[in-house]
Formats: sequence, structure tokens, C-alpha cells
Amino acid sequence: MSTIRVGHLYPDYLNIYADRGNIAVLARRAAWRGHTLEVTPLGMDDPIVPGAHDLYYIGGGQDREQLLVAANLAAKAEPLREAVERGAAVLAVCGGYQLLGRGYRGFHGQDMPGAGLLPLETVAGERRMIGDVLLECELEPGERRTLAGFENHAGRTRLDPGAEPLGRVLAGFGNDGESGFEGCRAGRVIGTYLHGPLLPRNPWLADWLLAQALAHRTGGDPPRLAPLADELEARAHEVAAARARSRGGRF
Amino acid sequence: MRLSLPLAAEVAAARAIAALSRLAGAGGGTTVPGKLLTTLHPGALDRLAARLAAGAGVVSATNGKTTTAAMAAEILRPRFRLAHNAAGANLVSGVASALLAAPGAELGLFEVDEAALPEVLRRVRPRAVCLGNLFRDQLDRYGELELVAERWRDAAAKLPAEARLVVNGDDPQLAAIGRARADAVVFGLDDPRLARPALQHAADSTHCVRCGAPYTYAAAYVGHLGDYRCPACGDARPALALAAREVELHGLEGASFTLAAPEGRRRIELALPGLYNVYNALGAAALARALGASLDEIVAGLARFSPAFGRFERIAVGDRRLLVLLIKNPAGANEAVRTLVEGGAPRLAVIALNDAIADGRDVSWIWDVDFEPLLEGLERLVATGDRAAELALRFRYGGLDERAIEVEPSLARALDRGLALTPPGGELVVLPTYTAMLELQRLVAERGLARPYWERAA
Ligand SMILES: [Zn+2]
Repeated sequence: MSTIRVGHLYPDYLNIYADRGNIAVLARRAAWRGHTLEVTPLGMDDPIVPGAHDLYYIGGGQDREQLLVAANLAAKAEPLREAVERGAAVLAVCGGYQLLGRGYRGFHGQDMPGAGLLPLETVAGERRMIGDVLLECELEPGERRTLAGFENHAGRTRLDPGAEPLGRVLAGFGNDGESGFEGCRAGRVIGTYLHGPLLPRNPWLADWLLAQALAHRTGGDPPRLAPLADELEARAHEVAAARARSRGGRF
Repeated sequence: MRLSLPLAAEVAAARAIAALSRLAGAGGGTTVPGKLLTTLHPGALDRLAARLAAGAGVVSATNGKTTTAAMAAEILRPRFRLAHNAAGANLVSGVASALLAAPGAELGLFEVDEAALPEVLRRVRPRAVCLGNLFRDQLDRYGELELVAERWRDAAAKLPAEARLVVNGDDPQLAAIGRARADAVVFGLDDPRLARPALQHAADSTHCVRCGAPYTYAAAYVGHLGDYRCPACGDARPALALAAREVELHGLEGASFTLAAPEGRRRIELALPGLYNVYNALGAAALARALGASLDEIVAGLARFSPAFGRFERIAVGDRRLLVLLIKNPAGANEAVRTLVEGGAPRLAVIALNDAIADGRDVSWIWDVDFEPLLEGLERLVATGDRAAELALRFRYGGLDERAIEVEPSLARALDRGLALTPPGGELVVLPTYTAMLELQRLVAERGLARPYWERAA
């Protein structure tokens, strides 16, 4: 039984769209398997110490809050990159996802630097992309899974050639409303626009992240976690997926 | 160009539609006639509003605008014949409908949707405007908080010089809007005994509107509302022209406070509980005062005021009672929870989550609500509505035992189940989102327990 150490980046600034729901899901699902989740808030004045955390979480904020943290995060890009190279997992949602790319180009010159951890950049678009989303993912070869969530973003995120998206869009806009892809995955780093929040109705992704974090903690391979009943989760997923199919965003 | 003559005919046509729609039982026709009229005659709202001899007062806020406008109406009713959109239809068409329904009105009192405020102000040209609060709400519909604040700032700047702006100074965004007008009236709460030890999770405007540094709070009352100060640039809550002091909260039964104004002090008694209703009463007092009410009229009007469906109204159902509290965004739901728990945490609750446009299609806000204080006493939760399973997950991951949760998407069956679990003489707490509240109201009306909302509006 292990203690999984989570570094929650900028919780005072980026906490919109139910980020604490994602944390609560990680904590309970770890506890139900006998592990402990220890969450440390990492604010503006806290350094990132490679090796100190098994999983980093960075959530979404409104534009104003995001602008406030962007430069701070960019200045911590080196230790964050080192932490990831040493095997730490990362989940970045919405604004946090944009901040992990090379940067965000705003309409009115409000450019934001990024941490450069994911091979992508984001440019502001005119119309916001808002609605339910459904993705098909294959994080492990042969294991196809769906993710249901909600997106609300003005930014168009473009992946570099050869970059791996998190999933294929079955319904909704995704990264830019035209590529047919959503999110980005690089090793144990996941970035996505899906909130809603993401993990309660997609528990398989929560378990995948916990397994990656445990692998970092123990230095071995990601363990197989004991399955849970997840009946409520399946019902919520079903409703959210149906919403995306019937009213997911498209231009 | 339109001549003035056709308006009368179009008004008559729209009134006829309203009567027909009521006869047909189609929801009282609270927006249909206004929609028809504004389509037939785009300038109709401007002209109808211009006929109000005493002008109009407008309230907008994320939370409490229905209650605040209704309180102001109660204060001013003895003095003026009113046009008031009491049924909650608060877009341009709803305001037009309220004017149509009150042909001889002297004063208009309108609650207005946050996004519709700029257009309504432009058309109605009110004598007084009250801005109550700005919380995050339905970001999928309104866009980000900053955007709404920016539109309000523009709309306030365009108000004619003789219009009086009334703002809640405890909200940094609104204080900033007030500061741009020399004669703005600032109201706020002044009772540090009631301050929360820390900002709530869902607190929104916690960073300085001028420089972005985090505010420090001498007192935080509801969400980010409070007595704030920026340590970096000195931006701070402005001086209060109208303040609520010596606030007493009487559990679920009511609240009282001292209203301190330049012309004197009065004790206010409210039949509505909770600190957020103190804010509503304060906003209503400030608005009514700007429209000419005396402090004595304010005291009497607020004492007469009784809550509406979904705002702490209690409804008898046989030998049991329903207590219905609308929840629609984190800040409002937090206050509903806080008030409930202070009155003794319920052992049973029915909570209804819908995701229609009026509820917000994005249900993620339920995770930003501090439901946790309910968990201490809760032995059974009936989760209902279109997103019942999602709501059940919120409580399960919040720490409620899965065996204590029942998922019943049908609101009618959930209501029956809740009543069956309530002992005779007991009270069932129901927390619905907006469209679930309307459905609940319909269910209760069908069973002959309450009058429909359009009949209650008068
Ligand atoms: Zn400042």
C-alpha cells in the first residue's frame, strides 16, 4: 500500500469547472484500493521539485486567472520537464492543457507563454467551442475506451506533426473543431479540454493515472488495480455520451 | 420607419394572445405576448416603458434578482401602480410582457437577466439600476465572468446622467463599476461577526480588479462578497452609503438587521432566512430608496414580504410539508446549504439536477458547490432529474455511503419517494435546479397544493 503524492498546481487560480471533482475521484479510488493520496497545493511561490510528486494536476481557469499564472509556470518549465522525464504523470485540463503547450496567442496581443511540455500551440479563435464531447481513446494498445465530457474554449489547439492526440472525436469540437482530434498524450502526460468534470464519469482514466503514478512511486511497471463496481459511473457516462451524440458541438 | 399608430393595434393583438395562452393553460403566457410584440414592433418596449409616469427600476445579479425585485415591488406597491415581471421572465420579451399586462402602470420594476441587461437598459432607460452580485454561473451560456462584467461596465457608462446607479460594494467588480459614476449609491454588509473564516471554494473575484494581486479580506460573507483590500495597490471596498449592521439570523425562520442610511437607522425584519437574503433586502432597499421610498416604507414593505416558490416557501402536502430551495450555481447553492444546516441538517433530501439550457447544459458546477456540510446529517439522498446519476456521483465521491443514495431520474417518482420517507408532521427538503423547480411546481399544482406561478404573480 503506497502513498501517492499529487502536486496540484495553482489551485487558488485554476479551479473552475469542478477541478476538485477530479481530485476527489483520484483520492477515493486510491483509498478503495488501500492507497493514500496526498495532495499538495503548489502555488506561485512553491518550487517544483523533480521526484517529489508522482502526479501533477493542473486545472482550468478563466482567461484572467490563466494569464496570471502563465509566466510563473513557464519559469518552472525546466523542473517540470525533469519531473516528467523521471516518470511523473500529469493531467492537465482546459486552461492547464493550453499552458502545457508552447503558448497561447490571444486576439489582442495578450500572448501567454507555455511550459512547452506538450508538442502543440494554441491560437485564440473567434467563436467559443462549447458543448458535450465524446472521444474514443486507445492509451494502451488494444484497449479502446470512450471519454465523455464538456468543452468550453475559445482557443484552437494545433498539435505538431507526429504528436499523439488523446483521442478521436466521436461528437463535439475537440482541439480545433476541424482536425477530428482532442487532447494530447505524451507518455504519462495527458492534456485535454474535457471537464465536466472529467474523471467521475470516466473512471478508467482515473485508474490509468493512478497506475502511472504508482509506477513512478515504486519504480516498476504500472500495476493492475483491482476493479470496482462503477455502476453509477457507467450510468453517468451513458447519459453524458448520449448528450454528446445528440447535441455535441459542431459549426 | 414606423409610425406611432400601429403600436396600439399590436399591443391589443399581443394582449389577446396572452389571454388565449392562459386559457389554453400554456404556462400563463408570460413571455409569448412580449415576444410577439417585439417581433411585430421592435421599438415597442422603448415606447411602452416611456409611458411609465414614474419611470422604472431594474435589478440584475447572478443570484437573488427575482427576490430583490419582488422585495422592491412590495416596498413601492402602496405608492405606485406597478408593472413587474414577477414570474421570472427576465429577458427583453419578459419585460415587454410585464408592461403589456399592466396597462395603467406608473412604475416599472424589472428583474433582468445578466446577458440581457445592456439591451434592457438601452430600451427601458430606467431611473434606477441595482447591480447585486456577479458569480460564476452557466459559463456555457454567459461566457466568462469578466465578459459579463465588461458588458455591464459599458452599459452603466451609457446610462443617462439622471439615472441613479446602485451597486453592491462588497463585490469588487461592481464596486469598480460604481466608482466610474460620482453619484453611485454603494451598499454592503458591515458585521464582521458573520464573516466566514475563509473564502469558499467557489469564490470568484478574489484577485484585485486593478492589479491582479490576491485580495485580503477583513470579512468574507457570501462567496467573494465582503470587506476586501488589495495589499499591492490599495484597491478596497468603497465607503458604504447603505449598510446592514447587527445582523441576526434566525435559523430557517428569518433574519433581521439594522439598516444604516444617511437619513437614519431602522431595524428590518425578514421572513426569509440566510445572509444572502439580507443582501437581497439591502439591494431592494437601496433600489426602492433611489426610486423615492422612505425608510419607513422600506421597513413596512420588507416586513410584508413573503417568499415565492423555490425560495424558502413551505408547502403543506397532507400532514407533511415541502421546503423547496432553488439551486442554480455554486454561490447560491452554498448559501442554501449553509442556511439549511444552520437550521438543523436534514436527514433526508431530494436533489434534482436537470441540464436544459435554463439550468446550464454544463453540470460541472455541482462539483464546485460545498455540499459537504449536508453529509453530517444526511441518512438518505434521493438523486433525481435528467442528470441524477451525475448528482449521485457528486455525493458518493464527496463521501456519502453509496447505500444511502437512491437514483430516480423521474421527478414525480422521486417526490413520492421522498414524501413516503418523511414521517407524518415532518418536512421534506427539495433542492431543484431551475427547470426541475418549474416541473416540481407543476406537479404540486396538479395535486392541488399550490397555485400556478402566473396566478401568484399579481
Ligand atoms: Zn491591486
